[in-house]
Formats: sequence, structure tokens, C-alpha cells
Amino acid sequence: MTKDKSEYLIERHNNVYEVVIGLEVHAQVTSNSKLFSSSSTKFGAEPNTQVSLVDAAFPGMLPVINEFCVKQAIKTGIGLKAKINKRSVFDRKNYFYADLPQGYQISQFKYPIVGEGTVILDMPEGQKEVGIERLHLEQDAGKSIHDMDPQNTLVDLNRSGVALMEIVSKPDLRTPDEVSAYIKKLRSIMRYLGTCDGNMQEGSLRADVNISVRLKDSKELGTRCEIKNVNSIKFMQMAIDYEANRQVDLIEEGKSIDQETRLFDTKKNETRSMRSKEDAHDYRYFPDPDLLPLEVTDEFINELKADIPELPDDKKKRFIDEFKVSPYEATILVSDIETAKYFEEVVAKMGKNQDIKLAVNWITGELFAVLNNKNLEISQSPISAKNLAKLVNLIKNGTISGKIAKTIFELMIDGDKDPQTIVEEKGLKQESDPKALEALIDKIIDDNREKAIEYKNGKEKLFGFFVGQAMKVSGGKANPQLINEILKKKL
Amino acid sequence: MSDITNQSLTSLVNNIKNKKLSSEEVTQAFVDRSEKSKELNAYITEDFSNAINKAKKFDQNPNLDLKLPGIPMAVKDLFCTENIRTTAGSKILKNFIPTYESTVTQNIWNEGAILLGKLNCDEFAMGSSNETSFYGNVQNPIDNGLVPGGSSGGSAAAVSGRLTPITIGTDTGGSIRQPASFTGTVGLKPTYGSCSRYGIVAFASSLDQAGPMAQNVEDCALLQEVISTYDKKDSTSIDFKRNDHSKELTKNIKGKKIGIPKEYRVEGMPKEIEDLWQKGIQYAKECGAEIIDISLPNTTYALPTYYIVAPAEASSNLARYDGVKYGFRAKGENLIDMYEKTRSEGFGAEVQRRIMIGTYVLSSGYYDAYYLKAQKVRKLIKNDFDEAYKKVDAILTPSTPSSAFKIGEKKDDPVSMYLNDIFTVPVNLAGLPAISIPAGHDASGYPLGLQIIGKAFKEQEILNVAYAMEDKINFKNKITDWWIK
Repeated sequence: MTKDKSEYLIERHNNVYEVVIGLEVHAQVTSNSKLFSSSSTKFGAEPNTQVSLVDAAFPGMLPVINEFCVKQAIKTGIGLKAKINKRSVFDRKNYFYADLPQGYQISQFKYPIVGEGTVILDMPEGQKEVGIERLHLEQDAGKSIHDMDPQNTLVDLNRSGVALMEIVSKPDLRTPDEVSAYIKKLRSIMRYLGTCDGNMQEGSLRADVNISVRLKDSKELGTRCEIKNVNSIKFMQMAIDYEANRQVDLIEEGKSIDQETRLFDTKKNETRSMRSKEDAHDYRYFPDPDLLPLEVTDEFINELKADIPELPDDKKKRFIDEFKVSPYEATILVSDIETAKYFEEVVAKMGKNQDIKLAVNWITGELFAVLNNKNLEISQSPISAKNLAKLVNLIKNGTISGKIAKTIFELMIDGDKDPQTIVEEKGLKQESDPKALEALIDKIIDDNREKAIEYKNGKEKLFGFFVGQAMKVSGGKANPQLINEILKKKL
Repeated sequence: MSDITNQSLTSLVNNIKNKKLSSEEVTQAFVDRSEKSKELNAYITEDFSNAINKAKKFDQNPNLDLKLPGIPMAVKDLFCTENIRTTAGSKILKNFIPTYESTVTQNIWNEGAILLGKLNCDEFAMGSSNETSFYGNVQNPIDNGLVPGGSSGGSAAAVSGRLTPITIGTDTGGSIRQPASFTGTVGLKPTYGSCSRYGIVAFASSLDQAGPMAQNVEDCALLQEVISTYDKKDSTSIDFKRNDHSKELTKNIKGKKIGIPKEYRVEGMPKEIEDLWQKGIQYAKECGAEIIDISLPNTTYALPTYYIVAPAEASSNLARYDGVKYGFRAKGENLIDMYEKTRSEGFGAEVQRRIMIGTYVLSSGYYDAYYLKAQKVRKLIKNDFDEAYKKVDAILTPSTPSSAFKIGEKKDDPVSMYLNDIFTVPVNLAGLPAISIPAGHDASGYPLGLQIIGKAFKEQEILNVAYAMEDKINFKNKITDWWIK
């Protein structure tokens, strides 16, 4: 289907189509309490135990904005290099549903808190800029549970009123890989900022995917379909693939595409129509008269700006400049704030005579493999940055060989053991004393006279045999480099 | 006994403070009179035995430093009261018992007052005659078969009929001032943001304000002082310096400039209203005020603007009454069917009419033409007042274009009913304070009121003007106790 890796094109007969994708990401604001009430937002509580009178929309109850959530949204806006709107307005989005107690969702329609911004994607073929249209604050709805009772739908209002940021991208994405990179980058930025934990399993991050197709090189956008509420990157990619091909097939058959909202069925791997444009809700947006327009001062914004940590793009640049890592390595190291923290700690603990390249290899190689295996985050790493730094230093200063290091690494996993201690306890220190090694080699040559003669007569393959013997006799501790040198001299 | 119920709030407070009366005596007197006054249908929920118990308890250890020491008080059934049923005059909240207290009523209880019961009102405060209440219409104590006005009709009747020494109502487009005018009582609608809306069943959030309804201006000032507090639980509550109204009350209004807006001289207005207005101007002059002709050019657009803004907000505010969480629920085949049946059976005709109007004006394609335009006109109306207040301190108008009408007279003619609010509605749209005081009688002996509109946060100013004029007017309400057999 696609030839160039960087391009995602769909070919039918002689027509080549391009896919145009825009995302509306719903990110749950990291906050102990809800957007307009003081109820807890803790995940996984017993149903309906985190519901205030405001959340359940009792008569006469009024929303009061949670200033912390406003700060979080502005911080996120700053992270997206976006315009912060000093005046924004909360609107009511009116519709009836059992898990929407007020009969309306408080959202921001005309005047969002954050305007246009950009996100930079690091794709294998280079960087790509994706435009952000806006970011606004809104309430989450409750949860309807349809499968717990044969007759009734049950409603859990714990989530009702939890603060969400809806981040709307421009239709700048073209491939499922870009979508994946975009979501990961957004998540990374928000995790750096501490404004959203990005946990897709818990629903802290979900997306509506807007897809249209058009002939490659065409300038006009095709009719788009919106796929609602996709909650994993894998499903987004599958949904895009299915939906783009469905649209191309329709066009090829001479049919038109209806603008509609669709659902992605993860079991059947297909999208299905949910409602057409004609059936679309009329949400009757209007400014919420219970809330005044949200006004923030330059001072307020500047204080938040001063509080912004170094973000992935800047960190990456610094890692390349300061630590001379490759752009590829830097991208991996900064993608997650915890990885970056770990890496910097290792560097710091290594001290003066550091081998950063070696450290990066150990982190992205052995350590990542272990984390992957054990399904752990780097913040839960069984090996501390301090001990990994020690291990790298032991290799660097010749105390142990890379091979021994792997053995030690395995031993370190259990209880974050100090590699130095392991070396001492197990006597794994590399033998680098030339005199001792010479004596060892003399004995080996002596014991294998015939083979030594054969080697001298031109059977060069036997060199490996002597190296192997030296390692075997030394229990793997002999410094391989010295062994080579001495053997060459002696044989 | 009847002597007690005829006393003003101020005199009852003094008598309790001077230990001439106990809270129990006062409470018992109002309970007795309320019991004898069932025909007025002023109460939706009575809490008499609790009230007497609370009065006894108060007397055991009376805190006489409070502003309302042991004073019994019935309140409009739009205020949520903890553990006491709160219906908003609707079937849909027929069995709703709040677990919380509105800020305004809490302020009242904090000053030592005792709840007598919950007073009848138009359903969700939508009406001008108290005929839209699910709990039946209220009789005006002035005459049998007469409406008390609305939506705070039960409150007005209860004060006028002396079932409670004083009360509170809510005013979205005139719901305190119009019934006050119809029953010969005093009613104040405070500046928007003066009294917290927390715990008040919402009708139209940008217009709703709670306010006192009393027998005289002095009582009104005292209660306003108690209920007006800044409240963080209401984002539209305003933190401004509040006056000690009762202490600062003065009849000296010499040199105050009072504006007379020519646009309030509406077509078809009865001569007796015009005469009353002229009389009011005369009284104001006698008090030493300076009368200045002013213009509020956008007044004619106030009523249509109000009937777009208020229903729009109401249609959304009332969406929560869906049968899912609390209140009345009808059986349905599925969720949508349940919604439709619950809301068709649970809401009365007027409420349904306003929900439909509100839904319509907010619909896509109509929003700009109605809601957005109405908001623009609202701004113009506010600008009119701002302009006028560069020249005057207060504005004097009639409260209503007529005296109280007969029960049933306007029930099937919503537009004629809506016209009742013509003088009161602009005030809500502009968020200003205004007070209605009784100022005379029509040919049938029914009371007529005058309205004094003030600058924002200048409740003290209009209370003073009202206090001075009240003295000159020397109004006597003609209550015959016709309903007591």
C-alpha cells in the first residue's frame, strides 16, 4: 500500500489518496478536586462516593471554579507554546443523558482559555510541526453502566464534574505514525508539566479522531468523519486505517461521504455510524450565567511561566549539546520525564571520568529490557541510578569487563545491590596484572605444547583456543585485551 | 394575641429584647393565626410544632444580642431548607427534602429567627399571580378572589395577612415588588450579587435575587441587613461594603435628586396609576427631594428582552429535573420515554411554555436573532440607567401598571399576564436594587405601589427615600380578615 515509510498513502487503480487527520484529545487535569466542586477525583473509588451536591446537580447548587485547574490549563497552554487568553467564558452545552446530572456540561465554546499553539513531532525522517487550534476546560460526565443489571442502567457520578482539557489539533496529521507520535508528545509535555498523568487505561487521556481523505496534491479538504472516544494509540491507528480505506472505497465507487460521528468497534476492527449530521445534537450553547467570565492577569500568567520546568524539546537540545548524545538517543531519553531524570542522575553520579555513551547504552539497552519484561515504569526501576552509574564506572575503569557487567547487572536487580559489593563478594574483579596474566599464559602454553607448535606453523585459528583457555582458567576475570597482547607476544 | 400579630418586626424584636414578649408567645400567635388562615393557601409546608419547640428552646436561654431573636418566620418555598421539604411550587419536587440550607435562610437562622413553614409561590417562580403553583392559587388577604401577585404570592399574602411578621421572596422580573404592590406591603429587590443565590432553586440565574418583604420600610431594612452577605459559594456574589441598613436609615432625603422616566408612561395605563405616580412625585418633593425628568429610551424593549433571557436560562436550569436523581419520576419504556413523561407530568403548563420558548431562542439558527440580540439590548437598557444616574440618585415609577386582578382573569392570556412586569423587569435586566412601597388605593380599595429604583449597591439610598415617603404617604392597609370565620 505504501512505499515510502514516511508517507501513508492509499492507492486505488491509478488514484493516490492522502489521509488528513485532526485530533480532539480529552486530557484529565491532574487535580485533587473537581473543576467546580471540592469532591475528590481519585480513580477507582466505590461508585457514587465522590459526589457532591454540585456534582449531582441538586436544586440551588452552584459551580465555583477551582483555581488550580485553571492554572493547570494555562501551564499546558504554555507547554504547547500557545496563546493564553486573558478572558475566557464558560458555556453550557445542553443535552439530556442519565449520567449528565445538570442536563448540561459546563465547557468553553466561543472563548477558550488557550488559543493557537504548536507541538513538534520527532519523526524518523525529521521534525514535523503540528498546529494546535485551541485548548479549553470542561467538565467530564458520569459513567453509565449498562451491563450490570438486566433491566436498568446504573449510573456512577464519581467522574461527574472532573476537569478535562480538550486539546484540538489542526488537521495537520497525515499518518497513523504521526498520530501516535503526536499523542505521545502531548502526553510527554503534560507529564513534564504535571498537568495530566496521561494514563490511557484509566481514561485520563482519550481522543476523538477526525479523518478525511483527498487525492494527493489536492488542496481542498474532503468530508470528514469523527470517530468518538478512542482510548488507545493502537486503536486510533487501527481506526484510522479502517476509516481511511472505507472513505477511499466510497469515493472510488462514486459515492459521497456523509459527515457523521462514528464509533470504533475494537472487536470487529471497524467503524460504525453513530449519528449523521442531521441527527447531530443542537447543544444550545450559551454563556453559563452561574459563572463570571474567567479573567486572568499578565502577572498571573507570568508567575505560572516562571514555574514551567524544562520541556522535552529544550531538554533534548541540551542533552545533545551538553552530553553529546545523538538526536535519536536524545529523543528516547527525553520522551518521558522520568527517563530523563534517571539519565541525568546517572550522569551526575558517574562523576568526572564519565562515559555517557556507555551509560546511554546501558539505560536504553539492558535497563529498558528489564523494565519492559517486568512491566515497570522507570520510576519503579529495580536498579537505582546511583548503582547503574557505579556499574558503568566499573566497566569504564577496567575493573570489570562488559561481559562480567551483564552478570553483575542480573544480580543487581534483586534488591538494588551495589555492583562494587557484588564484585568483591563474588571475586569478579578483572585480572589486569600483566605479571599474573603472563604466568597464567605461560602455564597454558606449557600444558598445550603441541597446539602452540601447530599455531606457530600457521594454524592461526588456534589463537582463539588459547584466549578461551585463558578466560576459562581465570574464571572469566582475565582482562581480554591484555590476554590478546600477551598471547601474541608469547606464541 | 391578635395584638402580637399586628406588630411590626421591629416592635416584636424590641418586645422580645425587653422581655415583654417571649419567643414562644410570638411564635404561638403567628402559628394560631396561620392555622386560622388556611383559606389563603399561603403555605405549602407548615412546620408549626417544630417552630414552637424551637421558640421554647430559645426562651430557655435567649440570646438577645441577635438581630432576629426568636422571631418566627415563614419563607418562600424556593429557598432550600435542611430537612424541610422544598417544592418550588412544583409537582416535580413534591417530595424533595434538601440536606442543605440556602445561604440566605442560614443567615436568618443565624440571627435567631425560627422557621414557621414554606410559602406558596408560582411554579419555579414563573408567574405573576401565584396561579401556576401545583399547590393551588393563593388568596390575596385584601379581598376574596383576588390574586396576591407572583411569584412570591404566598410570601406577600403571609405578610399582608399577618401570618408571619416578615418574609423573604425572590425577584427575577418583579416577583417581590409586584406582589408587594398587590398586597399593600413593602418589598425590596437588592442589587444582583447582594444576596447569595446558593441554595435557591434557580429560575433565571442572571436575574434571580432574594429580598425581604415586610410590613414597613424599617423592617425591610433590618432583614436586608441580615440576608445580604458575600458568599464564596455563589460565583456571582459580590464582595462590597454592606451597610448597616437599619442603623443608617434616615428620613432626611433633602436635596436628593429623583428621576421621573417618561417612558414609564405606557399606553393604556389606568388613570389611577398616573394619579398615584403624580402623588408620589408630590410626596418626594415634600420630603425635600429634587424632581428631574429623565429618559430611559430602551424601556419598551425590556419586556421582550426579559422574555427571551429568562426562559433561555430557565430551559437550561430546569434540565436537571429529569427523574433520574431526585424528585418525581414517571415510568417510561426507556430513558427518553421516562424523560418525556416525567417532565410532561411533573411540570405545569407555564413552566413547559417557558422551557419551550427558552429552548427555541437558544436553538442553532435562532440564537443570534433572539438570545444574542436580547443580550445586546440588555446592555443598552443598563446603559440607559447608567446615563440617568449621572443626573439623579434614584428613580421613581409605579410598581405595576394596575392593581391586583381577579383569580382566573388573566390565566389564559399569558401576554397580558407578562405585561404586569413591565415596570419591574428593566431593573432585573440592569441588575439594580429597587423597592416597592404601598402608596395608595384604587377605586376598589385595592393597594397600589410605587417603585424606587437605585444605583447598584445603593440599597441604603432607596431605603431612605422609601422611609421618608412612607412617612408622608401614611398608608393604611385595609385588611378585613374576611377569610377568618
